[in-house]
Amino acid sequence: MTVTLERPQQLAAPLVEVKDLKHVYGGSRGGQDLMVLEDVDLTLNSGEIVGLLGRSGSGKSTLLRSIAGLITPTAGTVIVRDLPGDDAAHGVAMVFQSFALFPWLTVQKNVELGLEAQGVPADARRQRALAAIDLIGLDGFENAYPKELSGGMRQRVGLARALVVQPSILLMDEPFSALDVLTAETLRTDLLDLWSEGRMPIRSILLVTHNIEEAVLMCDRILVFSSNPGRVIAEIKVDLPQPRKRLDPAFRALVDDIYARMTARPKDPAAREGLFPGTGLGTVLTHISTNTLAGMIETLAAAPGARDDLSDLSRELQLEVDELLPIAETLQLMRFAEIAGREIRLTPAGKRYADADVDQRKQIFAQHVIAYVPLAAHIRRVLDDRASHQAPASRFRDELEDFMSEAYAEETMDAIITWGRYAEIFAYHEDDDRFSLDNPA
Amino acid sequence: MVFLSSDRQGAGLLARFARRDLAPNRFDIIALVLIGAFAVLVVHGARQMNLPVSHLVTEPVVLDPARLPEYALRSTLRMFSAIALSLLFTFGVATLAAKSRKAELVIIPMLDIAQSIPIMSFLAFTLTFFVGLFPASELGVEGAAIFLIFTSQAWNMAFSFYQSLRTIPSDLDEAARQFGLSPWKRFLKLELPFATPALVWNTMMSMSGGWFFVVASEAFSVGRTSYMLPGIGSWLSVAIDHRDLAAVAWAVGAMAVVIVLYDQLVFRPIVAWADKFRFEQTASEIEPESWFLDLMRRTRLLARVAEPIGNLLSHLPAPSRTTRRQPRPLDPTAALWLDRLWYSVIGAAVLWAVVTIVSYLARSLDWDEALVAVGDGFFTLGRVLVLIVIASLIWVPIGVWIGLRPAWSQRIQALAQFLAAFPANVIFPFAVMAIVALRLDPDIWLSPLIILGTQWYILFNVVAGASALPNDLKEAAGMFHLRAWQRWRDFILPGIMPYYITGALTASGGSWNASVVAEVVTWGHRTLEARGLGAFIAKATAAGDIPRVALGATVMSLFVITLNRSLWRPLYAYAEKNFRLN
Repeated sequence: MTVTLERPQQLAAPLVEVKDLKHVYGGSRGGQDLMVLEDVDLTLNSGEIVGLLGRSGSGKSTLLRSIAGLITPTAGTVIVRDLPGDDAAHGVAMVFQSFALFPWLTVQKNVELGLEAQGVPADARRQRALAAIDLIGLDGFENAYPKELSGGMRQRVGLARALVVQPSILLMDEPFSALDVLTAETLRTDLLDLWSEGRMPIRSILLVTHNIEEAVLMCDRILVFSSNPGRVIAEIKVDLPQPRKRLDPAFRALVDDIYARMTARPKDPAAREGLFPGTGLGTVLTHISTNTLAGMIETLAAAPGARDDLSDLSRELQLEVDELLPIAETLQLMRFAEIAGREIRLTPAGKRYADADVDQRKQIFAQHVIAYVPLAAHIRRVLDDRASHQAPASRFRDELEDFMSEAYAEETMDAIITWGRYAEIFAYHEDDDRFSLDNPA
Repeated sequence: MVFLSSDRQGAGLLARFARRDLAPNRFDIIALVLIGAFAVLVVHGARQMNLPVSHLVTEPVVLDPARLPEYALRSTLRMFSAIALSLLFTFGVATLAAKSRKAELVIIPMLDIAQSIPIMSFLAFTLTFFVGLFPASELGVEGAAIFLIFTSQAWNMAFSFYQSLRTIPSDLDEAARQFGLSPWKRFLKLELPFATPALVWNTMMSMSGGWFFVVASEAFSVGRTSYMLPGIGSWLSVAIDHRDLAAVAWAVGAMAVVIVLYDQLVFRPIVAWADKFRFEQTASEIEPESWFLDLMRRTRLLARVAEPIGNLLSHLPAPSRTTRRQPRPLDPTAALWLDRLWYSVIGAAVLWAVVTIVSYLARSLDWDEALVAVGDGFFTLGRVLVLIVIASLIWVPIGVWIGLRPAWSQRIQALAQFLAAFPANVIFPFAVMAIVALRLDPDIWLSPLIILGTQWYILFNVVAGASALPNDLKEAAGMFHLRAWQRWRDFILPGIMPYYITGALTASGGSWNASVVAEVVTWGHRTLEARGLGAFIAKATAAGDIPRVALGATVMSLFVITLNRSLWRPLYAYAEKNFRLN
């Protein structure tokens, strides 16, 4: 693969061009490789905000880091162009989800960091940093340390630190997801104001997010990613005029449309069980607490006609798509619910569960886990077959690692342990990492 | 024009000097006096170090209290030279281990072993080596002493630095790479600050342990060669020869003054300063304070003078933009073969070292000798374990009592740290006198000496653990009226366990070292001896019997490494896994 920084001949050329990008984690030494990105193309033009939207595991952060030059992708080309112009903007700068501020440096020193790396003289550094701090609304906090600031203030420092090096492209990696709702909204509005007034020295913004509303609110163009492996499944142009209103019917329609696309079953059903990667024993499970599953079933049962719209549900429950979909899909895996488009509906078993008492619920759950989660049935069978009714957990973990990466195997084991304990189909002992059939009850 | 502008600048400078922001204030004056005195002392001490070796003979250590400040100064300089050496070693070796996987494969196991080797047992080798290196100058003997102190300090510091470098948060690493920091800037802005809190803590622990070796390394004899470097340790040794109890008391006093000064002028300012590097995004509740640091921070002129020095440091190598791209990884098969080649080189080197040691020992010693050494080892092992148990029975309840009372724990904590730094070997003569006077059995009554200096590690770790017990658990324990035994079993003991194990592990390691000086002690012409590996090594060293010293040192290292691997490490891992609160 190649990564190049070049000076284009004409201004009309895109700022970033990514072609056939592929990235594999895990290297080639034994075990299963994990395909994170597969055949991704991306073009970023001057003057636009582009959103990369997808669930975790969709490789959107990997794509962003490839453009930032922090990761060398396995294959494909990344071209980042420095446009000649009368301003000094060039290159890329990044804003991090966790802010990535140096806790031992003051706000001013943090902002000066990139300039110091470039060898800008102290006086110029100071003036430019002060200007950036001023622009972002942090004046008065120059000498504060990050630990003295609120989350929103810290992300402002992160933004000032990126802007001060005058990048032509601003890369943002879920910049608002570590903030509370109100603070995030204020920061988004401030950023859009600065952008529309042309007060930032940048030509384009590339924003990674898993929040659909955020993408629709801010972006001119949205690329929707599928997960495992990450591919671009849709490119959506947002033509709504700024400033956009969340309650505008056109806005809502667009959000609902994207929800439907993200929950759509993939065209190639060969290796899929619901939306989970892998089949049979090799199904990758998400560790969702049984309380959450029960809560979701009750919420759905309370809805009229036991049927609900996922995007309404997400708003009502204050859950992001990244949090809501795994819950919905786990219910679907166990046949407690069915997802069709962006609608989710309880099955008769799901309704029975909602009406049952504590012990009946456990019984229903146990039947469904054994029937529809092959790993649970497998563990139970092994425990039944052995005279001692015991088995080390490492045995099953090893089996899983034939199908999936170590991290996924760990998550899958956590899920099966929680569900198995709740359903009382087996016990797990953390001290010596083993399963058994003995029940304290 | 040029003149005019430069004139203007000059006038500006003068005017600025006259203005308040550059004129010295009263804090400047106090700080300047202290710094000036410090510089004079260092220069004086360093000049003394480089005198010809005959100087040691013509001007022996005399028991004159007027000379004691100078001796104390010389001892202190030795300590700081060793710590400077340890820091250099840490930055070089630990950085190498963190950046190169090949170097890591060799360095980390070696550090791990060096960390648990009892340094006192190697005294004879270090000495002969350095005295051979600078035969004509006092520097050789000084070097030997400093190197001995260095070997007691460097390993845990290097380890902590390495671990910090390996655990740099990935977002800060990405930010540093994304903004294109050069390797030097990266070191100054990211790696060094991030590693500072752990490194400062480990340096403090090393220094506390170091005073013991300063005292032990100043007056020594290997066979017929014996030296006495001017310092508190030599003063003590002369005092013991002359059975001069008053002089021993003077040494104890001088040591106490030195440790208080170093605590106030070095330890505390550094800890208070390092607080800002703690990797936390929230402000801490109790910030460590230091009057000396406050004084330095309030100075006006000094701060102005120091500023350009700091700037110069960060510009040392010309600022260069480094590549942000990561190097392409090596072809896996090639990497695998390279690894195998590297492993076989290391394997061959280790094998060669083992063969050399064994054949050297086999030439001059027989198996009976080895059996004696191992047998003695079990005596010392028994002594160490029994004393750890006794010290735990005493200090755990006291430590918990103190730790649960915040008003006390602050003060006691400082006292326990002071006691841990105080070299216990200075107090040995009092104990010896008592044993002689009361006609006690040395095999039993010399034993407490090996834990005299190290028991405080148990105390201050337990105090730290008990004061970290969360308030909600305390309230829950109170609300359910837990009975005394249940309260200890289910709440206090598990809660302090990780801290206690850390303390006991440190105390155990220190006790093995102490055994070399504690199992054979003298008072004038009386020599008391307890059977054990420490006595075995001490006698062989005094006799200049190098093969037996090597045997003793090897056996002791094996004992300590085995004990650490089979007892302390598993215990620590268990406590960390099951009892770590938060």
